[in-house]
Amino acid sequence: MSTIDTQQSIVDEVIPDQKQRISVSDYSGPAIVFALFIGSWYLLSGVILPPHKRFLLPTPHEVINEGFLVWRTGESRGFQPILMSLWDSAKVAIMGLAITIVVGMVLAVIMSMSRWLERATWPYLVAVQSAPVLALTPLIRALIDGAQKQRVLVVVLIAVFPIVSNTLFGLLSAEKSQHELFTLQGASRWTRLTKLQFPAALPNIFVGLRISAGLAVIGAVVGDFYFRQGGVVGIGAQIDVYRNRLWGAELITAIIMASVLGLVVFLFFGWLSRAAIGKWHITTRGQ
Amino acid sequence: MFEMQTGANMSNTSGQTLLDFSSVSMTFPDGTRALDNVSLSVNAGEFVTVVGPSGCGKSTLLRIASNLESNTGGTCSVDRDSIGYVFQDATLMPWRTVQKNVELIAELHGLSKADRKEKAAEAIDLVGLRGFEDKYPRQLSGGMRMRASLARSLVMKPKVFLFDEPFGALDEITRERLNDEVLQLFQREGFAGMFITHSITEAVYMSTKVLVMSARPGRIVASFDIPFEYPRNHDLRYEPAFAEMCGEISHALRGAHQ
Repeated sequence: MSTIDTQQSIVDEVIPDQKQRISVSDYSGPAIVFALFIGSWYLLSGVILPPHKRFLLPTPHEVINEGFLVWRTGESRGFQPILMSLWDSAKVAIMGLAITIVVGMVLAVIMSMSRWLERATWPYLVAVQSAPVLALTPLIRALIDGAQKQRVLVVVLIAVFPIVSNTLFGLLSAEKSQHELFTLQGASRWTRLTKLQFPAALPNIFVGLRISAGLAVIGAVVGDFYFRQGGVVGIGAQIDVYRNRLWGAELITAIIMASVLGLVVFLFFGWLSRAAIGKWHITTRGQ
Repeated sequence: MFEMQTGANMSNTSGQTLLDFSSVSMTFPDGTRALDNVSLSVNAGEFVTVVGPSGCGKSTLLRIASNLESNTGGTCSVDRDSIGYVFQDATLMPWRTVQKNVELIAELHGLSKADRKEKAAEAIDLVGLRGFEDKYPRQLSGGMRMRASLARSLVMKPKVFLFDEPFGALDEITRERLNDEVLQLFQREGFAGMFITHSITEAVYMSTKVLVMSARPGRIVASFDIPFEYPRNHDLRYEPAFAEMCGEISHALRGAHQ
């Protein structure tokens, strides 16, 4: 049988992929902001702070010399103890994030099933999101044994909201006509969820993941403050120790490393998002 | 040539009746009367187009036929398992390639992977999308998306093809090209076609019969048998007999607006 002879004429209708060009301006932005940041830091610690308070904020080169370049002095001073604490917190953050993703997505799926459930559940999610963890610490301590588990719970409490809200928004974002296409084929609820709603939700799910991942790191650091036990402590507890002893360089180093952890997690999920949906989902920025 | 439709059965010559509306009425829950006593039937090898003012309930007819809505009066009989439905927009899944999009309906019907792959390849060939199987919808023009959408419906070889203003958003050249493609498919597959459009030219060019609907509540006020032979050539659009036909329908349509 003959096929329709339009092959030639429609070739030019394909929209070519835009090549990602990396130009000088892609680097100049971050470079300029970084220079401004370091400049204001020197200004703050060297000029604005009165001399007797400058130990609170050592200059950048002091932080590098005393925080990053000293491997280990005594029990908890130096870069090595900071890395150990960071790893301890990272484990808590990752474990908490894994639980958050599972719990959050299951909740979102359940909420997407009925408007009734959605309305019934929202207030509690908002409450969890806004309740101060400090106020909940006695309760958490009473309910759960072991600092590790307690910290994981704090991570879940702090990080769960964006996953739920973004996943839910995504699950409900499929177009009416797409739903009707599935209705016409008599698709089951499960088929609709897995072949339509879930893929349609992926761009939103990844937005939620990036936010929740950042919050998981914050949650781990906050959890360190309240729940700690002997041995290696989390980076939050370590920061608390440095703060109490007024070890400025170590304090700043620990804070920077905690931020680096957050940044790594954020970049990881950005990469994962591009790898998973970059081929079909495009972001637009106007001009 | 021009006869008022009274709701009685219409004379059809070729093939068995595959889609039949008998005194179908539709009143929405809010009280809006969308359709009033509509009777029409479409046989295999017939291509019936409904034209009418916006909001007259043309699309509601297709939605009733495909069971997306339930009529409140009368009966609509059709084999619901052999319906192909082409939406106003292409309704492709942006996360699926052309190949996977075309396979979708077959996939939902539980066809084996090999089977649906083969059927999809055939449909992709038919609509002239070979070579674009691995493209994503965002990489395609509007016309090509519509082609992919057509191919998706073709895979299950439907006996009844419903078109809900499918080419309204396309430019004229692309629209005319797709008209020809649908007609080629129509001749090849011999399905019963029901087409909704705003364009009288498109209606006359495509159809064996054109029905004119009145403004809300939608009633069929006129029926025109289109005498032109298939295959139709795009030059047909510029022939006097074609223009005359369009003129008559336009006249009936103007009456329907009042």
